[in-house]
Amino acid sequence: MLGDFMPILILMAVAGVICGAMVTLSWVLGPKKVTPYKQSPYECGVEPQGDARERFPIKFYLVAILFVLFDIEVVFLWSWLTVFKTGSLEFQVFSGAAVAVYMLLWIIGDAYVIKIGAIDWDEATSLAPEKLGLSPDAEAA
Amino acid sequence: MTANQVVFLVLAAIAGLAAVGVVAFGNNPVRAALLLVLNFFVLGFIYFTLGAQLLGISQIMVYAGAIMVLFLFVIMMLQLHQRSPIVEGREGRGVLAWLFGLALAVVVFASVIVPLMSVSGSPIGDEYGTPQSVGRVLFTTYVLPFEIASVLLLIGIVGSILLAKRRL
Amino acid sequence: MIREQPIPTIDWLTLAPMTTVVVAGLVALFIEMFRPKQSNGPIVTVSVVGLALAGALTLAQFGMEPGPTFAGMMVRDQVGLVLQLLLIGVCLLTFLFSDPYLREKKIAFAEFYQLALWSTAGGMIMVSTTNMLMLFLGLEVLSIALYCMAGMDRKQAKSQESAIKYFLLGAFASAFLLMGIAYIYGPTGSLDLGGIAMIAAMPESGYLTMAVFGVGMLLVGLMFKAALVPFHQWAPDVYQGAPTNVTAFMAAASKVAAIGALARVLSASGALQEFWLPALFWVAIATMVVGNFAALVQKDVKRTLGYSSIANAGYVLVALLAHVKKPDQVPLTTALFFLVVYCLMTVGSFAVVSLAAKGGEEGTRFQDLHGLWKRAPFAVGCLIVFVASLIGIPPTAGFFAKLFIFQDALSTGLVPLAIVLAVTSAVSVYYYLGIIQATFVSDEGARKTVSANPSFGLNLVCLFCALAVLVVSLAAAPVSQWLRGSTQLPGEAQARSELQLDSGGRVGAR
Repeated sequence: MLGDFMPILILMAVAGVICGAMVTLSWVLGPKKVTPYKQSPYECGVEPQGDARERFPIKFYLVAILFVLFDIEVVFLWSWLTVFKTGSLEFQVFSGAAVAVYMLLWIIGDAYVIKIGAIDWDEATSLAPEKLGLSPDAEAA
Repeated sequence: MTANQVVFLVLAAIAGLAAVGVVAFGNNPVRAALLLVLNFFVLGFIYFTLGAQLLGISQIMVYAGAIMVLFLFVIMMLQLHQRSPIVEGREGRGVLAWLFGLALAVVVFASVIVPLMSVSGSPIGDEYGTPQSVGRVLFTTYVLPFEIASVLLLIGIVGSILLAKRRL
Repeated sequence: MIREQPIPTIDWLTLAPMTTVVVAGLVALFIEMFRPKQSNGPIVTVSVVGLALAGALTLAQFGMEPGPTFAGMMVRDQVGLVLQLLLIGVCLLTFLFSDPYLREKKIAFAEFYQLALWSTAGGMIMVSTTNMLMLFLGLEVLSIALYCMAGMDRKQAKSQESAIKYFLLGAFASAFLLMGIAYIYGPTGSLDLGGIAMIAAMPESGYLTMAVFGVGMLLVGLMFKAALVPFHQWAPDVYQGAPTNVTAFMAAASKVAAIGALARVLSASGALQEFWLPALFWVAIATMVVGNFAALVQKDVKRTLGYSSIANAGYVLVALLAHVKKPDQVPLTTALFFLVVYCLMTVGSFAVVSLAAKGGEEGTRFQDLHGLWKRAPFAVGCLIVFVASLIGIPPTAGFFAKLFIFQDALSTGLVPLAIVLAVTSAVSVYYYLGIIQATFVSDEGARKTVSANPSFGLNLVCLFCALAVLVVSLAAAPVSQWLRGSTQLPGEAQARSELQLDSGGRVGAR
């Protein structure tokens, strides 16, 4: 009944057995001498301090969301690459132009990200304070 | 039942349970997020069993890969050691939510699932969801939506920088 | 073997206004990349020029042969052109008073202009497409830019609240819209709105319930965008929290786009109206009643205007229902005329309210407007015109707009709607007058209220809107006649859908 799926089922079974065996055997065979110091989380060899659940700066988030946006752009291109070579010349020209426009917007977005300093790690001011009629010193304060 | 149906049902059960788990573990965001990864991943395979290969790959690349990274970063920004700042208001809302949810489920079942029960076989061909066939249509008939999507992504870039980075 | 799909033919002129607006946004983004030190002047100039060009390109298309282009993704017809022009106008008017306001408010992000331009482009797509995929993308382009703009004032908790509320509820509504699209795509294999009529024509196929369900979901998604009761709760909060220029843009543009799309969906699903007409009948009543009565107890001008915009959405829904009920008798003109007048009044009054911002502070409660009469007499004079029009006092355009809707409702047998419209309009007098009254109260009391000096751009916007409200009323009959001759949706929509289904829409072999 599961004929079509046999290879992948066998693969999954083999993978499961090997991984399971590795984990179980090392757990069964390995020596265990528990001390409180060993049980504590490892933090560069020094005693851990503070809470691990700290808030992270929004910079990480911004990088993540930019990654997502560019990732989605790639997905679209992938389906294009699968048909480009086999298409007629007319199709190649038309879809090539479409992708060129698409890539242009991508490049503009990318240039904006870099130019505006969005992924600069130090939080340099990215907006001229003069626009608000402020002096740059007031901005620093 | 064919092999495909068995596999589909197994995957659907896993996806459903994982989705329930996301809500059930709502007070532990990390656990909920990990279950969501499972859900996204299994959903990708469900797409494969339905013949929608491009969608399946996109699901795994974008959702299980990228969106989950985003979720984890959001969780990192939360103050996990504090109790949730969202306090349930009046108790009646929970009941109402259940009622409306249930009503929607009944409506969907009665008006959509029941008529579909009588449908046998799929009118679509084998190549329906392959990257090639989607690519053919996407880059001819649907080129305009494709370009609009790039504008949408650009808005995403500009908007996220506006909201998260630019300082005064 | 995979079927070769035909390359679509492109009528560039149909796409030109939308493309021009997008490109203007790109150019403005380029300028912003080089971070002009002194002002946003160049960006505003580029945006305004781009919008003017797009407006000219739209105007040039009036009277041309209507029809779909790009495999049915965009449609040129008079309704779409009028609404596109209206969206461009709204964006232009908002830009004219935005820069001084943003400067006063100390949010000098120039990104506002790019986002607003793209948002406008999204609205323009929504009002001139019969393809549900394009409809969805247009809605998202419009909305996502709006979410970001609503949260632009990052120092204010209210602005952030507004953005997050709008985003969460908007995403939820988009999910409904997508669900509806999926349920119509499923049985027909077509993303064109004509698919609905196709299912309705074959009731024996058993897909009728799915189509009804799908249309219901589509309507929920669009009603959220148009802020119709019971999907209105976000509107007052979002309108209050967002920066006032964004509110002006949002109140006008997103409503025009949503109503435009709603008109198309309703026309396309006219064959199913026995299912949704009773529901929308009650939605219209609830919207007019809730909008007007909730506005009575507000203490904030922006919230009051928010509820007023909900009520106005109710009025325009009456016009849509009258049109869909008897498309041959009642053209869509009434709704279009009302939308034009609504945009003028709304943008104008929010422009005057934006004067309340000064030196990074902004108070929009009624008492914050006290004494505005003395400081900005011209703006307040214009505000009186807008409010008179919102109430519907005879010489203004608002009166004629409401009168036409009233007549349409009576002539199509929607008598209860006509009565509710008249009664709730009478109720609205109270809170509209409250706004005017607040500006005349002396501010000699306990605390001095402050407001910015009206800029040239703001005065221009006020003057234009006020004049337009008065002139359009003088020309109400001819304008209405002109629109009447040129607006017809449903007949063509059906004829087109037959064509559409052959030429594409289905992925792979059927």
